[in-house]
Amino acid sequence: MHLTRDRIIAFSVLLPSLILIAVFVYGFIGQTVYISLTDWGKGAALAVHPQMHLIGFDNYKELFTSFLHGRFRQDLINAFFYTITLVLGSLTLGLFLAILLDREPRGEGIFRTIFLYPMSLSFVVTGTIWRWLLAPEGGVNVLPSFIGLPAGHFRWISSRDQILTFDWQSIPAITAIVVALVLVFLAIRAWRKGTRKRALIVGFPALLLILWAVFGQRLIPQMLPIPEKHGFNLATIGVSLAAIWQFSGYTMALYLAGLRGIPVALHEAARLDGANDIQYYMRVAFPILKPITLSAVIILAHISLKMFALIFAMAGADNAPTDHPAVLMYLTTFRGNKFALGASIAVILFLLVALFIIPYLVSSYREQRRRAS
Amino acid sequence: MRFKKLAIAVLVGIGLLAAFGTVMADNLTGNLEIFSWWAGDEGPALQALIDLYNAQHPGVNLINATVTGGSGVNAKAVLKTRMLGGNPPDSFQVHAGQELIGTWVKADRMEDLTSLFQQEGWMDVFPAGLIKLLSTDAGIWSVPVNIHRSNVMWYIPANLEKWGVTAPTTWANFLAIAPQLQAQGVLPLALAENWTVNHLWESVALSVLGPEKWQELWNGTLSFTSPEGVAVWNMFGKVLQYTNDDAASLSWQQATDMVVGGKAAFNVMGDWAAGYMSTTLGLTPGVDYAWSASPGTNGVFVMLSDSFGLPKGAPNSDNAIAWLQLLGSKAGSDAFNPLKGSISARTDSDLSLYNAYSQSAASDWQNDIVAGSLPHGVVANEGFMNDFATVMEMFLTSRDPQQAANACEAIARQNAIGE
Repeated sequence: MHLTRDRIIAFSVLLPSLILIAVFVYGFIGQTVYISLTDWGKGAALAVHPQMHLIGFDNYKELFTSFLHGRFRQDLINAFFYTITLVLGSLTLGLFLAILLDREPRGEGIFRTIFLYPMSLSFVVTGTIWRWLLAPEGGVNVLPSFIGLPAGHFRWISSRDQILTFDWQSIPAITAIVVALVLVFLAIRAWRKGTRKRALIVGFPALLLILWAVFGQRLIPQMLPIPEKHGFNLATIGVSLAAIWQFSGYTMALYLAGLRGIPVALHEAARLDGANDIQYYMRVAFPILKPITLSAVIILAHISLKMFALIFAMAGADNAPTDHPAVLMYLTTFRGNKFALGASIAVILFLLVALFIIPYLVSSYREQRRRAS
Repeated sequence: MRFKKLAIAVLVGIGLLAAFGTVMADNLTGNLEIFSWWAGDEGPALQALIDLYNAQHPGVNLINATVTGGSGVNAKAVLKTRMLGGNPPDSFQVHAGQELIGTWVKADRMEDLTSLFQQEGWMDVFPAGLIKLLSTDAGIWSVPVNIHRSNVMWYIPANLEKWGVTAPTTWANFLAIAPQLQAQGVLPLALAENWTVNHLWESVALSVLGPEKWQELWNGTLSFTSPEGVAVWNMFGKVLQYTNDDAASLSWQQATDMVVGGKAAFNVMGDWAAGYMSTTLGLTPGVDYAWSASPGTNGVFVMLSDSFGLPKGAPNSDNAIAWLQLLGSKAGSDAFNPLKGSISARTDSDLSLYNAYSQSAASDWQNDIVAGSLPHGVVANEGFMNDFATVMEMFLTSRDPQQAANACEAIARQNAIGE
């Protein structure tokens, strides 16, 4: 590491953006975290010099344990389901479209543009269009009547029905069982590969987790005084539909690029070996597309956490069945004047996004280093 | 020598100031930025005021900063970031009552307007009850532009005749006729998105509690978990059975449309619905559509009022004071209100300018007991209003009156209601 002229120039060119990012990105993340640990928002929140005291993690504790914040907890669950439906929906539909276009139909260019076009719209436009399409007495609901069937009555964005309901109290048990199942799966795979020692190391904690989930529930304190039902809100389907419509074209483009990148020789070799189309895609193409799927999942997952504009335009401010932590953060902060509580919700959202972004950054960084060496 | 120079400078200064002062009183210059959420249907009323101001003060460049969005949800957020950022507009729209006091006066962001009220003689022309809503012990904080009534029930007389019902005077009465309407395939009560549900709750609560106990709820002497408090939620749950299940995806205009189109029998909405039906839909008040006080609230006027205040640090405060003078004047009030569909806050306004509905509202305003509105910012601070929307969503899903009452009590304590 010599301080050559070249390095000095490079550093001084980068310096302004480093400083700006340090202040305007990381500085403000830091400030938000600090605010979330204070009681700003009690009393005269908008004073020139509002009173602020550090109160530790009380805001977070309130969000997760006060019975008034059931809406926040349901919003977290909504965010989880928004992520699942958006990722699965866009990947499947995008892959399907990509395979169709990969067969080079006539007018492929036009179709590609049509499918990719929704992505260029802003969330607000998409939300407004779909709000009309999913209106209770219009759009999608009257479609069946054109072919003589009775009109639909589903309340796309205002239904209050829930499926897959569970008690908030059982979340640790559910998490334990899901983790245990993953561990069991890993253990079985290790066992088959013949690494028995590893299988035991993985399998034992899985057994412990299952035992705890079944018998050990009472060992942890009750999080809430009364049972609180949460579940998958059917009203979120409407919002997810609009989001999938917007982003499946994007995954299509990613997959199509991937499929076109597969050498023709590989396709023909598979053909010569007697593989039919299904076998070609399942055994040859999909494994090659794996890295693309990973990037698409990361990008879609973090978009699903930033759906504020779509939900606000489509369902309005106070439509709890379709609510999202981002919408609640806006209302708590700028309508309810509870800046500290709003900051806590923002920090939780930030951590959720980091959950997706950091592993992605780490893996792509590693890849770069591998390629460089 | 030096003293003499200073004295001359001071004298010249005073002379200049006096010269400018006399000129400025008639001829203000510079900018005036007014901030509101009046656009779309309410735009023409604001424009009438702006035209008047421009005619009176041609030297001022008036900047009309509006941020659209139902009942100001977006405008208020923008205003808060501007105030926190030290960039206040010269004057901004705010609901009279706790939305003004709890948010802005408590934060010491407003200028006291008591001397303006005395100078303009407003202490006598505005009702004392209204001035009380705009004041604290330390001063009067904004100038009211209009009065809206919240507890009104709208219907189409010809339709009611066809269905063989009359407008209910109590909720018990409503619950009795609702099944008859349902049997004929008519929705008894049209409802829209969350805030209109809160709006209906207010009317139901007022009929169950009466105006005195309603007031006690907000000064902290009556608990939300008292038997009366729970009874409100009980009755509200019964009324909700007869509303539409797609309410959350409708705007308030769409709920009014259901009544006008004959799909629904009644709608409880503020009297901006009269403006919508008369101006936008072209119906004649009293003939094509009719109204009564919402069931069980006859003789009570649940009011809300838009007002404008003067924030501390406003860059053009002289121009802003001229704006406030116009708003409070008889000319300004009578230019604005007939177009807005509201009535004047002044007791001496020219009633012949107003339509049949507004004339009846104006006479009720003078004779009825006045109560403050919850969802429109009069009786509770913004923290409570925001949390109440969440409690309402909780109730719409669970339909549990006791749980809702407990939650209300909890948020009332958290937001220091009645302290």
